[in-house]
Amino acid sequence: MSDQDGVRKGKGGTVFVRVEVCKGCSFCIDFCPTHCIEFSHGYNKKGYHYPVLARPEECTGCDMCGHYCPDFAIYGIRLKDLEARQAPAPEPLIPTKP
Amino acid sequence: MSEELHVVEETPDFCEVDNPVMPYLRQDRIPHIWCPGCGIGTTVNCFARALTDSGLDLDKVAIVSGIGCTGRVAGYMNLDSFHTTHGRPIPFATGLKLARPELKVVVYSGDGDLTAIGGNHFVHAARRNMDLMIVCVNNFTYGMTGGQVAPTTPPGATQTTMPFGNYENPFNLAYLADACGAVYVARWTVYHVKQLAKAMLEGLHKKGFVFIEALAPCPTLYSRRNRLGDGVDQLKYYKEKSVIRNGADTKEVPLGFQGEIVVGKFIDRDRPTWLDSMNAHYTGVFRDRYQPWGGSHGQD
Amino acid sequence: MHADPKGVLTGVHFIDGDHAACEGALAAGCRFVAGYPITPSTEVVERFAARIPQVGGMFIQMEDEIASSIAILGGAWAGQKVMTVTSGPGLSLMMEHVGYAAITETPCVIVDVQRGGPSTGLPTLPAQADMMQVKWGSHGDYEPIALCPNSPQECFDLMVKAFNLAETYRVPVFFMMDEVVGHMTERVVIPPADQIEVVERRWTAKPPAEYLPFEPGPDMVPEMVKAGDGYRIHVTGLTHDERGYPAMNPAAQDRLVRRLSEKIRGNADKLVDVREEGLEDAEIVVVSFGITSRVAHAAVEEARRKGFKVGHLRLIIAWPFPRKRIAELAVRAKAFVVPELNLGQMALEVERAVAGRVPVIPVTHAGGTVHQPGEILARIMEVAR
Repeated sequence: MSDQDGVRKGKGGTVFVRVEVCKGCSFCIDFCPTHCIEFSHGYNKKGYHYPVLARPEECTGCDMCGHYCPDFAIYGIRLKDLEARQAPAPEPLIPTKP
Repeated sequence: MSEELHVVEETPDFCEVDNPVMPYLRQDRIPHIWCPGCGIGTTVNCFARALTDSGLDLDKVAIVSGIGCTGRVAGYMNLDSFHTTHGRPIPFATGLKLARPELKVVVYSGDGDLTAIGGNHFVHAARRNMDLMIVCVNNFTYGMTGGQVAPTTPPGATQTTMPFGNYENPFNLAYLADACGAVYVARWTVYHVKQLAKAMLEGLHKKGFVFIEALAPCPTLYSRRNRLGDGVDQLKYYKEKSVIRNGADTKEVPLGFQGEIVVGKFIDRDRPTWLDSMNAHYTGVFRDRYQPWGGSHGQD
Repeated sequence: MHADPKGVLTGVHFIDGDHAACEGALAAGCRFVAGYPITPSTEVVERFAARIPQVGGMFIQMEDEIASSIAILGGAWAGQKVMTVTSGPGLSLMMEHVGYAAITETPCVIVDVQRGGPSTGLPTLPAQADMMQVKWGSHGDYEPIALCPNSPQECFDLMVKAFNLAETYRVPVFFMMDEVVGHMTERVVIPPADQIEVVERRWTAKPPAEYLPFEPGPDMVPEMVKAGDGYRIHVTGLTHDERGYPAMNPAAQDRLVRRLSEKIRGNADKLVDVREEGLEDAEIVVVSFGITSRVAHAAVEEARRKGFKVGHLRLIIAWPFPRKRIAELAVRAKAFVVPELNLGQMALEVERAVAGRVPVIPVTHAGGTVHQPGEILARIMEVAR
């Protein structure tokens, strides 16, 4: 595993979030088995807090968040599957601080 | 707290690696209309994953829904999708399936739509063992119209048309489906996402009348009017009070107000579908003068 | 194109209207029927149930008329030509799905073998009192087509036309029989298949990426596809746009509902089908349809023998109503006489078209039997003097 940035260490998974469709229901946060997701400080355009991977090293890519999300806003993926899909990871966005 | 994340903005074009549910959605209609914390979208996730794992030719999968919040599922799915009239997705689906038996037809609708106004059609399609998969999202209410009492509303719950608490006896839908002859009956909640997805996968490959009940929160109406918190609180209730009893006698699994929820795969049996029976019967009557209608019954 | 010989029972038959209607449907290519028994229509589906295993197709008796009326729409979207069959009480149950067929532009034929009403009424006796119901019975604005046979032979011939119209315009087409036409037994000649013209569904040639399910063609009718061919269509009863997606706003409503109406109103001239007798010099025009037209014919003949200048206009297509023809006749005529087995329904349309120029005399009948020619003749002579 590469250790280019913090995301790629640890349990080997990450999440992708489509910020603007999230409705802040917190299913992903409450039912993440490793409790690595939390609400953002910021808001999306509709005024909802959205999930952020607060403890990326705990993410296993199990995709329970993706199973639960009623809004198709988040999903998880194992890093080895991510690499297998041969897509470059998008530039991580640094969210605005409050 | 580290806030590093992979965040993808706005349109699907920006997504290099897309959510596995995306190919199943009409992306030009997302975000959908369901409330924050509504469980319907969760069932759709499970359905999408089941479709992926099923290996079915998606061009031959059709989804039919009725009217109501769950009825809107058809409109969001990137399949041949039919949003029909209130209570009538099952007979429409019957027509679709019998006219072109190679289609895999899934009926996706709510508890009120399927078992109140649609009750008669439900009963007969199960009796006939029509080769249809029914996904019934049960949120104990009529959500779209503002939270009226439904045939599944537990006694004591308050709804707009039972403003002093429900005094009607609700259905035990698993029992109803079993009694009418369904060959596959399962109940899960949207807490049980893996099991629900697996049940849907099994249903997609099962011939005959498949009934999958998915309990889901309606935070805006059912939960709010009964002071049950929001969607997450209902999922926590599902988690706490659910008991998995595969093979349970469906008579023994009624649902009360915030009581124990028995979930599981209750019935998995085989009997000839309506179409199989028709073809077998006419072959017996007409012998080789009869050409069986519809080569196959799906892709399994 | 020609009819599929598998469904054509070529020959000379002695059968009743219900049976002839079934043969007409088979000849037209109907291969999917969902029905529910109701007197006096049941024989249509009984015959279909007996014939279809050999012709190849599907019949299912559903649990009620509501199920039948939407099962056929599912069958249509799976690619079949479809029909259901009923009488007054069943038609009332089907009304919601008439509207659904109209807004989703699903081709279908609905046979109504009319009987005495309202409610259970006279199950075994004729009436013609559902004529306004087929036009206005479902909620909202929509334009159906309705045909009126007056003999078992016409039950065959016009049934083929009914299916052809359904496919051409993508609307629900009503086949307005009545208990007498349905149960009268007469000679019916069914020609060879290559003498029967059928209209195929207008399938699109566009690939899925270019196809819009509700984008109208030049005649305001969209091209159609069926489920299972990779088009991934969405069909909804909600007001929708060309993609078929719900579009619940006044602009979309205006565009959709006006087009649905224009599909028929704009093509009304092509949808005129009347039989005319003696109208060249007619001072009195008798307007009739269905079984009553046979009685009216006798009355008109008798009136002419007595020297009155009476003509007969028989509606084959009652909806859309041939307003222009009536208005033309109103210029020269002194009066219209409209016998029908109801308390005045199509007479109201005649009145509207005549627009007060001359009297319109309904010859009403509450139903239960047909008029006596004398009743109609009496009204003709009253107004002739």
